[in-house]
Amino acid sequence: MMAMNPNFLEFEQPIAELDAKIRELKIATADVDINLNDEITRLQGKLVTLTEGIFGKLTPWQVSQLARHPLRPYALDYIPSVFTDFEELHGDRHFADDEAMICGLARLEGRPVAVIGQQKGRDTKEKLRRNFGMPKPEGYRKALRVMQMAERFGLPVITLIDTTGAYPGVQAEERNQSEAIARNLFVMSELKVPIVATVIGEGGSGGALAIGVADRVNMMQYSTYSVISPEGCASILWKSADKANEAATALGITSARLKELGLIDEIIVEPLGGAHRDFEGASESLRSSLVRNLSGLDELPTAELITQRRARLRSYGQFDG
Amino acid sequence: MSWFDKLIPSRVRTDGQGKGNVPEGLWVKCASCQDVLYRAELDRNQDVCPKCGYHSRIRARARLKRFLDPEGATEIAGDLESVDMLKFRDTKKYRDRLNAATKQTGEKDALIVMRGTLHGEPIVAMAFDFAFMGGSMGSVVGERFARGAEAALAENVPLVCFCASGGARMQESLFSLFQMAKTSSLLAQMADKGVPYISVLTDPTTGGVSASFAMLGDLNVAEPGAQIGFAGRRVIEQTVRETLPDGFQRAEFLLAHGAVDMIVDRREMRDRLANVLRMLSKRPAMDPPEAVVAEGQPEPA
Repeated sequence: MMAMNPNFLEFEQPIAELDAKIRELKIATADVDINLNDEITRLQGKLVTLTEGIFGKLTPWQVSQLARHPLRPYALDYIPSVFTDFEELHGDRHFADDEAMICGLARLEGRPVAVIGQQKGRDTKEKLRRNFGMPKPEGYRKALRVMQMAERFGLPVITLIDTTGAYPGVQAEERNQSEAIARNLFVMSELKVPIVATVIGEGGSGGALAIGVADRVNMMQYSTYSVISPEGCASILWKSADKANEAATALGITSARLKELGLIDEIIVEPLGGAHRDFEGASESLRSSLVRNLSGLDELPTAELITQRRARLRSYGQFDG
Repeated sequence: MSWFDKLIPSRVRTDGQGKGNVPEGLWVKCASCQDVLYRAELDRNQDVCPKCGYHSRIRARARLKRFLDPEGATEIAGDLESVDMLKFRDTKKYRDRLNAATKQTGEKDALIVMRGTLHGEPIVAMAFDFAFMGGSMGSVVGERFARGAEAALAENVPLVCFCASGGARMQESLFSLFQMAKTSSLLAQMADKGVPYISVLTDPTTGGVSASFAMLGDLNVAEPGAQIGFAGRRVIEQTVRETLPDGFQRAEFLLAHGAVDMIVDRREMRDRLANVLRMLSKRPAMDPPEAVVAEGQPEPA
């Protein structure tokens, strides 16, 4: 029995095992003078079929685990490969620099844009420094000032959403987390430059929406977007966090379901096995989505852009009467 | 039962039930100072304890009836009803939860919106009914807010919202979350046109409501002692692993941290908000006699 590979989720373990076997054979081929190429090719074909099988019927709870996969690319992984000339801008000019929120200027196919994204940490030290990707009020206020600067200079705003949620802490409350989020919704709804929001990992509630009011709202295929985490929902409504699986299904948090409900515009297809198995492929999908979406918005005069954004926001909701 | 007992309508009969023969509902105990209060006196005092000043939670219609002038208020978008588009089912179906809430409260959803007057000046006022699923915001709450804001915008009259909500309604998932963006967008349009909006934060105002229109007032006003915050106490305690001090996230805490403009006693709410709104819309001050007349109006029950 093979030990569980920590870089693979439970449902990815069969993929991990087969992957390990192929690697072993490759090493063996290099060392010994026997030809295993046919066998390797056969197993590689099997790996594709196996991965397609597993990824073809993922449950919403499994997708939610993929969205938080320890190897999943974060904003700072995408930024250098999607954009060029990135210059990070720090601080909210009032209180602090929140490292859970990355802001900066960059070029997308040569064209200057403002980039804003949440950033989790990869190792323990970085996770702590970035507060596990949970921004505080100063993070939202930094994002706000950079968006307003982008508006002054006529630069489009690109946001990359990846957060469990806004930080629930004492000091965050003292500095009025609610107002920081609310102010972003208020300003973004009328910002006079195009905004394209993409959920790249976890879209966690108000903390995600605070950089998510946009002219186009897109999701990477295995990301999630929800009003509350499946665990949080389960512990409130089922009185047990163990029901996260059921909650994930009930909440409808996947890109496919949200597209079906008309709440997002586009699903950015990820490579087979998820963005973490082929980072360059994922990066290229994100880049071409951003370029395509921005060029569509470029044709709109500012007044029309705002009119359409208002109409989009106004249309949210379903009711009788 | 004697012939005399039979003359008394059954609902006021005490029949020796309950301790000390006290008819139910005639006397109530203050949740804060534990003093026993006469129900009618508490009504006259707008559910504020005359002994300790504790502000009890009140229902949406009672709130609006007391806040607006007694004549001429009409409801906006009262016919809207929630739909269960996700077929959401936890331990109960969402549809069943809605029906139970309607049966219990007599309301179709958690926000009531009215067009009326305040000391004679036209206004749109809205209030949350916390008794309806914890005042949670789904599509209907967001839509009623939006229709109220659009009426204020179209008629150039001020908007006042009395908030009391646990946050976004989980059973409508992302539809609920996006109501935060929808309502904030309308407030941005009102601000652009210079139409005043006052948010009154009452007990409790948290989550998605707090992180959208509740904190976006030209004035954010709080009732004394109201719990107001983004994250709930329990969530914060679990995150920071410490017990939070008394008074954390109370109205007075928010005032001290610069989050609200002022704390206003419910009994002064009408006059204080009317005073501010008249200044914001550059109208003359209320005449003292008018204020006196207003004071002298019989208190609605």
